[in-house]
Amino acid sequence: MSVQGIIFTNLHDKNIPELTLKRTMASVPYACRYRLIDFALSNMVNSGITSVSVITHYNYQSLMDHIGAGKDWDLARRSGGIKILPPYMTAYANTQNALYNSRMEALKSVNYSLSRFTSDYVVLSDCDVICNVDLNDMINDHIRNGADITMAVKRVLLTNETAKRNVVVEADDDGRITDVNAYPTNVSGYHDINLNILVINREYLQSIVLDAIAHGYTSFNRDVLSRNASRRNYRIYKYNGYFANISSMEDYYKHSMELIGASDNRDQLFGIKNRPIYTKVRNSAPTRYDSASNVKNSLVADGCIIEGTVENSIIFRGVKVSKGATVKNSILFQDTVIGANVFLNCVITDKNVVIRDGRILSGHESLPFFIEKGKLV
Amino acid sequence: MYNKKECVAMLLAGGQGSRLYTLTEKTAKPAVPFGAKYRIIDFTLSNCVNSGIDTVGVLTQYQPLVLNEYIGNGQPWDLDRMNGGVMVLPPYQGSKSADWYKGTANAIYQNMNFINRYDPDYVLILSGDHIYKMDYDAMLEAHKKNNAAATIAVINVPIEQASRFGIMNTDENNRIIEFEEKPKEPKSTKASMGIYIFNRKLLADYLEDDENDPNSSKDFGKNIIPAMLNNGEKMYAYEFSGYWKDVGTIQSLWEANMDLLGENPTFNLYDNDWRIYSRSEIRPPHYIGSDATVDNSIISQGCEVHGIVENSILFGGVKIARGAYVKNSIIMQDTVVREGASVSYAIVDGDTELGAGSQIGADADKRITLIGSNLVIPHGMKIASGEMVNAQYIEEKKI
Repeated sequence: MSVQGIIFTNLHDKNIPELTLKRTMASVPYACRYRLIDFALSNMVNSGITSVSVITHYNYQSLMDHIGAGKDWDLARRSGGIKILPPYMTAYANTQNALYNSRMEALKSVNYSLSRFTSDYVVLSDCDVICNVDLNDMINDHIRNGADITMAVKRVLLTNETAKRNVVVEADDDGRITDVNAYPTNVSGYHDINLNILVINREYLQSIVLDAIAHGYTSFNRDVLSRNASRRNYRIYKYNGYFANISSMEDYYKHSMELIGASDNRDQLFGIKNRPIYTKVRNSAPTRYDSASNVKNSLVADGCIIEGTVENSIIFRGVKVSKGATVKNSILFQDTVIGANVFLNCVITDKNVVIRDGRILSGHESLPFFIEKGKLV
Repeated sequence: MYNKKECVAMLLAGGQGSRLYTLTEKTAKPAVPFGAKYRIIDFTLSNCVNSGIDTVGVLTQYQPLVLNEYIGNGQPWDLDRMNGGVMVLPPYQGSKSADWYKGTANAIYQNMNFINRYDPDYVLILSGDHIYKMDYDAMLEAHKKNNAAATIAVINVPIEQASRFGIMNTDENNRIIEFEEKPKEPKSTKASMGIYIFNRKLLADYLEDDENDPNSSKDFGKNIIPAMLNNGEKMYAYEFSGYWKDVGTIQSLWEANMDLLGENPTFNLYDNDWRIYSRSEIRPPHYIGSDATVDNSIISQGCEVHGIVENSILFGGVKIARGAYVKNSIIMQDTVVREGASVSYAIVDGDTELGAGSQIGADADKRITLIGSNLVIPHGMKIASGEMVNAQYIEEKKI
């Protein structure tokens, strides 16, 4: 059994425009030292998938920089390994190669690459899904049931508001999908939501894409899943571990904060034996805490120097918190420098932000105060 | 088909380091963990890379498994090169003879074929036992400028300690006129750091002669250097003034770790102009709990701290439970300190469990206690200061 991975990197960029102004959703920093794509990539690598195509489209410099040759995920391979598929533009005007907006269009744009796949199965994953899932188990489930498509789902409590941001999946008792309801406006209560992780038979995927090109289909949910659900064997795979999906800045903040406090979420994401989450190695020194430091309930990466007070916060690599500063309920990205006697509450600083001595900044849990990359405050 | 290199480094990493007790029971000394995420050899390897030396032979002999695995293809130090890079050189069987390395000089002699492949002008001899940052390129420049046959790095030591070192007596131009191994009455304070640069062809000749001398102990300090001096070769001392610490004993290993702490640490790991590279482990960020107190400490990835940590170094994946107390100590990878345990002036090796309420060392007695790896200290057990604890010790103590 051979499996090819595909990761979509730009599909949800619009969800958090602040963080994706200069990067893809895939390269949004998360949990002190990771980028969102690390979860999708690690899930694949931990399940023995050694050939992964990463479909990207714009703003992908940070992604290229992060992935490099793929060494840090053990994907720098002579055979297979990681392959980045940037937008394919011909030298001549060609509307068919225009930049895509949807998953289906993204797949159409890499049709040539897809047509070269020889694996038995293909796993497709978005990269705004933060989870540690055993894809092998899912693929085995797919094979056992003779499915055409298997979709990872998780049962969650939806409100009218959150349902609008999710794809709700209905299945019969046997696990066969009966309906796919994308971004419904009138659904609430406990439902299975699509985690945007799919297993598809390779030949079937190729035929779906050719069919979509021939018929001008643009939506995977509408034109494939909903249209064919009654005729084809589409199935759900129930995932019960920690799952977070980032659909807004508020979500980003909320899910980041879920990682501090009780260890359950951290254990489900990072603590599973033989299933570590890989990321780019930065060769930081370990973090040094000064005698004046006072740190409580915080997640801290390597390479930091902490001299002030840090509470309920997420501190990325290379951050400096100076003497007398207080950082509460905040997320400080890589190489942020916090000056002396600064006070921060509910603030998110992007990379290389400098907060000068004595500044006082505060947002609110429902609307964290965001400071863009490289700003000097 | 090898490109010529100006200088090839040979790193002597075969030492047992028996004064580190259980830390070197299954590991060569250069692979002993240091400073929350490093191993001792990282400092020498990083010095090489930062000095522009990209061809390094690492001579191993004693318990090489961990060291070999750690060095691997050299990728963390950018030493996975098409041409050059790092190469682990164990003793081997030749067509005429097979031998362990009989001394530092013999180890290099047996690997002259490795050196000659790169046709280098100079050979830099290093040891993997010290914590320091040094620009070998500056030393090489001095060597070339002096048109020397050999250059020996020296550091000024207090005169009362000088009789523990090999001492170089020099003229006003730093040319070495006399070398004394551990002199009872030292005439100078310039101690050899065991770092040598030789002109390669000359070195090859001296090693050949030394090899044929049955009375020689095949050692650079005892044989090669004195022989070159006797023959009137131009040899210079290169003065190094910076942090340089031998970590050959439990006490000095502890001290060197403690030198990393403080607002202006004696040894700075955060110098972006002279980075120390190491092989990274895959671990999540560390977590400091709501009840934790962390004071003047260095903490690496994957730790969970719920107790009190003061003036200490925590390696990757260490867990400190609520109510536990770790002070002036070094806790190595994946060790767990349970509720109410207290650790003072100790080095605790990796994968060990300190049971609830156990007491390791004491605040009042500053002798360093060493706890070996993969041990379980039963709950409530008291271990006095200065003890060297292994599995046998615990068995005897239980009875």
